Amino acid sequence: MAEYYNIFTQVQVAGHPEMGVAGGGAELGRIGQPGFSKLMGWIGNAQVGPIYLGSYGLISIVSGILWFNIVGLNMLASVDFQVGQFVRQLFWLALEPPGPEHGLSIPPLNDGGWFIIAGFFLLVSVMTWWVRSYKRAQALGMGYHVCWAFAAAIWLFLVLGLIRPILMGSWSEAVPYGIFPHLDWTTAFSIRYGNLFYNPFHALSITFLYGSTLLFAMHGATILAVSRFGGDREIEQIVDRGTATERAALFWRWTMGFNATMEGIHRWIWWFAILTPITGGIGILLTGTVVDNWYLWAVEHNFAPSYEPAMGAGGYVTPETGN
Amino acid sequence: MAKSRQQIRDEMTGLLLRGGLIGVIAFAAAVAFMVIPIQIGKIWPTTSIQTGYRGTGMDVIRFDTQIAATVAANTPPVLGAPIPPEAGAPLEGDAYPFAEAAGVGNLTVANFDRLNAAIAVWVAPEAAFGASDGYLQAISVRHLEMTRAINDEWDAHVGPTGVNCYTCHRGESVPLDTWFSPEPLNNWAGPNAMFQNQATAMNYSTALPVDAMQTYLLETEQLVGVNGYDSRNTTGEPGASIYHTYQTFSLMQHFANSLGVNCTYCHNTRSIADPAGFTPQWASAQIGRAMTQDINNTWIVPDLELLPPERLGPLGDPAKVNCATCHLGAPQTFNGESAVVDFPELVSAEPVYE
Repeated sequence: MAEYYNIFTQVQVAGHPEMGVAGGGAELGRIGQPGFSKLMGWIGNAQVGPIYLGSYGLISIVSGILWFNIVGLNMLASVDFQVGQFVRQLFWLALEPPGPEHGLSIPPLNDGGWFIIAGFFLLVSVMTWWVRSYKRAQALGMGYHVCWAFAAAIWLFLVLGLIRPILMGSWSEAVPYGIFPHLDWTTAFSIRYGNLFYNPFHALSITFLYGSTLLFAMHGATILAVSRFGGDREIEQIVDRGTATERAALFWRWTMGFNATMEGIHRWIWWFAILTPITGGIGILLTGTVVDNWYLWAVEHNFAPSYEPAMGAGGYVTPETGN
Repeated sequence: MAKSRQQIRDEMTGLLLRGGLIGVIAFAAAVAFMVIPIQIGKIWPTTSIQTGYRGTGMDVIRFDTQIAATVAANTPPVLGAPIPPEAGAPLEGDAYPFAEAAGVGNLTVANFDRLNAAIAVWVAPEAAFGASDGYLQAISVRHLEMTRAINDEWDAHVGPTGVNCYTCHRGESVPLDTWFSPEPLNNWAGPNAMFQNQATAMNYSTALPVDAMQTYLLETEQLVGVNGYDSRNTTGEPGASIYHTYQTFSLMQHFANSLGVNCTYCHNTRSIADPAGFTPQWASAQIGRAMTQDINNTWIVPDLELLPPERLGPLGDPAKVNCATCHLGAPQTFNGESAVVDFPELVSAEPVYE
């Protein structure tokens, strides 16, 4: 019998393609002939396909492609359709939202109009993909944990591109589509509103983000470490706790005095992960709408310490040089 | 022949050991590459300047090679000392009537010749008074007047160093670092994006707007600051836009790159608009920006008609000054040495020789 040899690879199983459960509509609408790929087997299941497309998937992919191409063609147009410049400047190029003078009206195409159109298609694409994730979970008789987790990310996306701009009364508050430009937007957003590090919801979001990575590493490592005892069969272990679970639990109880359960660890990770964008979205939503300067807000709430005035270059003696 | 389980296990263990060994060596090499030369061997030594209260992270860290390069680039040529005029010494204005109009008629011939020789070195031989015909002479007259005005009116920024022709010109007819009003980078987009999102020298290879100098160093309407002065927006008016913030960010890139410093030279960056976090250099930069606007609007742009077409930018504007024109990567021009100690003619139309 095969077993797990090291931390990189897993055993690849090849045979007749697994077609999944029937009933409840799960067997309907799947397209493509399933095949096996050794390459895919290195990173996941070696079986590729069949895939379920469905009408929502089709709408999502078509509108997603429209968004992608509107953004790309606007970028190409911004370098006068020179392909060399497009490649060279790709990370700098962007499709920008309209200027503040347009408010929430529909601006001219080249002055943010394309941005609004592209944003509409991205919205349709993301929302229909969410519906698709909901309906597939329904068809398989699953819980809706995946699509609610996805909805948490969509919440942050909607806050940034739809809800906050509407509350601010201007599409110009939306995030541009572009690699460096969206990073510049992030920096400018923090600069404009008095440093987002003083936004407590930003702090919560970072806590959950870093907590997610910690919990994910702990859980992944624990399960790999007990996979030799069948610990990777987590569902069975939840229902019928075996020696893998016992050892994993003991390890943490011995090292830190407390352990999650085989089921509960997944709740920890799920909540940490979804609270990252939920709290982050609240923080963004409050910025500019309720709080205009987070640093001054922190001073008012007594958690920004005060320091001696900065004396500047020449104001301090450097011990090494004495000048 | 199928391998036994033990053989497979041994192979895998060997592979893992080799992979692990390579990883350990690569990691050690990376650590050695970064830590030993910089921190232990001081192969690329740095010098730090503390600029704010301890614990606030306010400091400027520069490579010593960078400091040495800017010191070398900012060392002015050594030229002759002034000649105190004796009673009855011939005046330049007596010999050449044009010198009166140029504002140097009251200099003795000896001091005029010395100043003129300096201008030939500082700018170009053709820029010296009487050395050539045409627009250069008119510009030289205007810029002598400008130099005196800067030394007189903008002492709060340029004092006690002062400025001379070399402060900007560095031996060139046109100073090394000047700027023209930018053409749109993006002919497709409207005003929301036409000046941004391409890497150019003017935005220091960021995606930030290239119209920051136009907005802040020539035009005077828009405030640089973007922060609200209340935690809540109590006015109901929208504050600075995100684009306005990009422009300010772009201007700050220019400040930092021109002087070879970082944000914390002037700001405690936990709150860029908090006056308690400003250093004295912040105030100096404010005055410097006002001075730059004054130079561009009083002395550069009005001289447009004096200039030949080949000296004009793509939009037909003259080459204007910014921070880098004088600073060239150094916090202090000429490394803090006086630019005017030997040239009282540049401080006043009535020079005082000591």
